[in-house]
Amino acid sequence: MSTINLVYFSWVRERIGKSEETLELPADVVTVSDLLAHLKTLGEQYETALEHQNVIRAAINQEHVDHGEPIAGAREIALFPPMTGG
Amino acid sequence: MNTAVTVRVQREDFDLAAEVAALSRGRADIGAVVTFTGLCRDEAGGLSALELEHYPGMAEAEIERICREGGKRFGLQAVTAIHRFGKIMPGENIVLVIAASPHRQAAFDGANFVMDFLKTSAPFWKKEHHADGSAGGWVSAKDADDTARDRWSQRN
Repeated sequence: MSTINLVYFSWVRERIGKSEETLELPADVVTVSDLLAHLKTLGEQYETALEHQNVIRAAINQEHVDHGEPIAGAREIALFPPMTGG
Repeated sequence: MNTAVTVRVQREDFDLAAEVAALSRGRADIGAVVTFTGLCRDEAGGLSALELEHYPGMAEAEIERICREGGKRFGLQAVTAIHRFGKIMPGENIVLVIAASPHRQAAFDGANFVMDFLKTSAPFWKKEHHADGSAGGWVSAKDADDTARDRWSQRN
């Protein structure tokens, strides 16, 4: 088990219903992809928020990463939709 | 070239002239300054406001990464990028990018490059508020913005 801080933005935040949380993750959650699959088992709101998994962007310790990135050692993982600033 | 980079993420408006003056103050080596300002449109009267959400910390860090990358690539002497967050009304400023270089082409390209990456990689999200009171929604990312970003990797 490892403890991780998660932060959510935009419609990911709205659909999950919170902006941040701390979770205990099972040992078999190794990559961002594994994390998304694990979150989807936590309830309907997670399923809805992360339904289109390929669209979800991730950042580890405030840097963009791909879904294949290992999450070991991450202090903070952020999940959010494609960005629309500028 | 060592690029002087200034990045701010703020709720309040910015002053274009003051930012250009701050960037060029005390130096006589700059030959070209290009500025880009992005404003909130009213979408033909349909939009009453944009709500800009951002990821504090990462927003500043990511914009700084983009400015340094652009500075290195185009040999910019200075780059300033300011992005606002919170509620922004039609006609108000959203974003400012200033690029300075010895000659004009690098400043034009540098400002363009920074904006293209800022739109696709800086963690900001826009939500629309409709003028008629109907439920607004999150603005969708545009393929055209990804295409604009990707052309920079095809050039070299």
